[in-house]
Amino acid sequence: MELLTNQILAGIATGAIYACMALAVVMIYQAIDHLNFAQGEMAMFSTFIAWQLMQWGVPYWWAFLATLALSFAGGVIIERALFKPLANAPILTHVAGFIALFAIINSVAGLTWDFTIKQFPTPFGSSPFLGSQLISTHQAGMIGVTLVLLLLLYFFFQFTRVGLAMRAAATLPESARLVGINTSWMVALGWGMAAAIGSIAGMLIAPVVFLEPNMMGGVLIYGFAAAVLGGLTSPFGAVVGGFLVGIFENLAGTYIPGVGNELKLPIALALIITVLVVKPNGLFGRAIVKRV
Amino acid sequence: MSALQEIVDVTPVEATPKKYIALGGYASVAVLVLLIAAPLFAKNFIIFQMTMWLIYAIAVLALNILTGGSGQFSLGQSAFYAVGAYTSAILMEHFNVNYALTLPIAGVICFAFGYVFGQPALRLSGVYLALATFALATAMPQLLKLGYFEHWTGGVQGLVVTKPDAPFGLPMSQDMWLYYFTLVISIMIYVFSVNLLKSRSGRAMMAIRDNEIAASAMGVDVALYKTLAFGISAGITGVAGGLGAIAVQFVAPDSYTIQLAIALFLGMVVGGVGWLPGSLAGSAFIVFVPNIAESVSKGLSGAVFGAILIVIIFVLPHGARQIAYLSQHWINKLIHK
Repeated sequence: MELLTNQILAGIATGAIYACMALAVVMIYQAIDHLNFAQGEMAMFSTFIAWQLMQWGVPYWWAFLATLALSFAGGVIIERALFKPLANAPILTHVAGFIALFAIINSVAGLTWDFTIKQFPTPFGSSPFLGSQLISTHQAGMIGVTLVLLLLLYFFFQFTRVGLAMRAAATLPESARLVGINTSWMVALGWGMAAAIGSIAGMLIAPVVFLEPNMMGGVLIYGFAAAVLGGLTSPFGAVVGGFLVGIFENLAGTYIPGVGNELKLPIALALIITVLVVKPNGLFGRAIVKRV
Repeated sequence: MSALQEIVDVTPVEATPKKYIALGGYASVAVLVLLIAAPLFAKNFIIFQMTMWLIYAIAVLALNILTGGSGQFSLGQSAFYAVGAYTSAILMEHFNVNYALTLPIAGVICFAFGYVFGQPALRLSGVYLALATFALATAMPQLLKLGYFEHWTGGVQGLVVTKPDAPFGLPMSQDMWLYYFTLVISIMIYVFSVNLLKSRSGRAMMAIRDNEIAASAMGVDVALYKTLAFGISAGITGVAGGLGAIAVQFVAPDSYTIQLAIALFLGMVVGGVGWLPGSLAGSAFIVFVPNIAESVSKGLSGAVFGAILIVIIFVLPHGARQIAYLSQHWINKLIHK
């Protein structure tokens, strides 16, 4: 029984990473209606910027804020320069664009900062949290930040004019344009916000997985899985999905015989697909009813 | 209401060609002559690369049938490719089956695998289907490494396959023989695919792609044709995988990762979704452009590759198909002047 609770706690701790990433994924999905495959690399690049600032002697929180602003600007610029001209291209062309972006960012980061593993500081410290050996204060801090972020996003989307306009632009672009919303800039804003949230995720994850250009590969896969499991239309679902995936993964690794680290990912994914087959919109996703 | 709720998130694959899926008569003959003549003037290594080009073209074509034909998206093609490759390799090395005979067996096994996988995939569409197929692609290398199958698959080490000689004492190198062998199979698969898409079944698949509800209202068995498309696509990919194993002479789990699936996907987009001859152009992109990028800059090869890809999708959002249409348009203009 103690093993079970311990594994669940450990699962929640890793789940916080996935939840953070899933939140960024859902953000951009709400703004542009696509999954951005380059999201993880964008987050990785932001984290490297933060690291570089700190190397230059900037204190943690200033570097944090500067990275947030730079990532936001970067996201907007990428949208304006790369994806606005492709607005009318087929969806699959967009996906190819994401893959191109992935390759470029990964390669540039590798050349600039090379592929050696770097330490990334944590603002929360890494002592055991409340006497538990399984969750450190950093992981607890990460869970806290994710929840605060979720709350802020909820207020932004529900109670501000811009949030409402963004939701309108994503769900019904034509009608939104008719009531005077600048839908094109709403998409750019969505990119900026997703990049900023991604950078927070990156900076929180980096102390755990260490900083290097390929650090996001595995995390992004789990982030996608978590977002899809929770339902791509629901930020709340994304966070719950993230924690669930973390717990699943740990329990599968412990209780199913013959499952080493290698098979954890396929088993987690298989479980998610089973959930999807029963509930095709994810756990908290809204079913979009199509008019025939 | 519940029936309506079932229909969720159907992302239509846009801008797929409605009428032209193949090249015209003259163009086909010209391409064929080029493909037959080219190896006569090339070195063995170039011929090997051209063989890989044809093999990937078959795999891209298979994805094109699935996505361009029936409107389903798959990131799991590398799994089918791996199953095909391992089937051929195991049959050749453990059972001494002739290499040519292993290909149809690989095709049949992959067809069955794809058809079965298509069953649960029926309920998913769009990104959800992408995730499911993606899961398949990430799981496959791990499954191939499992200890239970190590006796057959060789585990992490993989299997070495002997390269076939040219039969009947034909005076050509192994590489050249393999190229022509692959070419013949490619042509067979291409003709089969064009005829498939032009047939009743092909029209049913395209009707599902354009509007699933309308198609089912017209009496198309949506479930049957969607799973059939998955099966056929997997079967063809399996044949490509088998050919790949024979050409590379080696199969190992890590050759068939998600990167292969992504490459095949890029090949389809660059070639033009739903336009079968585009598979050749798309496959040329995935075989040769990484080499070009590498030669431009070693450290930044990924960035160069990405930049080339972005230029291509900016200039030709509909892939190589766009070039074909434009040139056809100009030729018609010239003739009718």
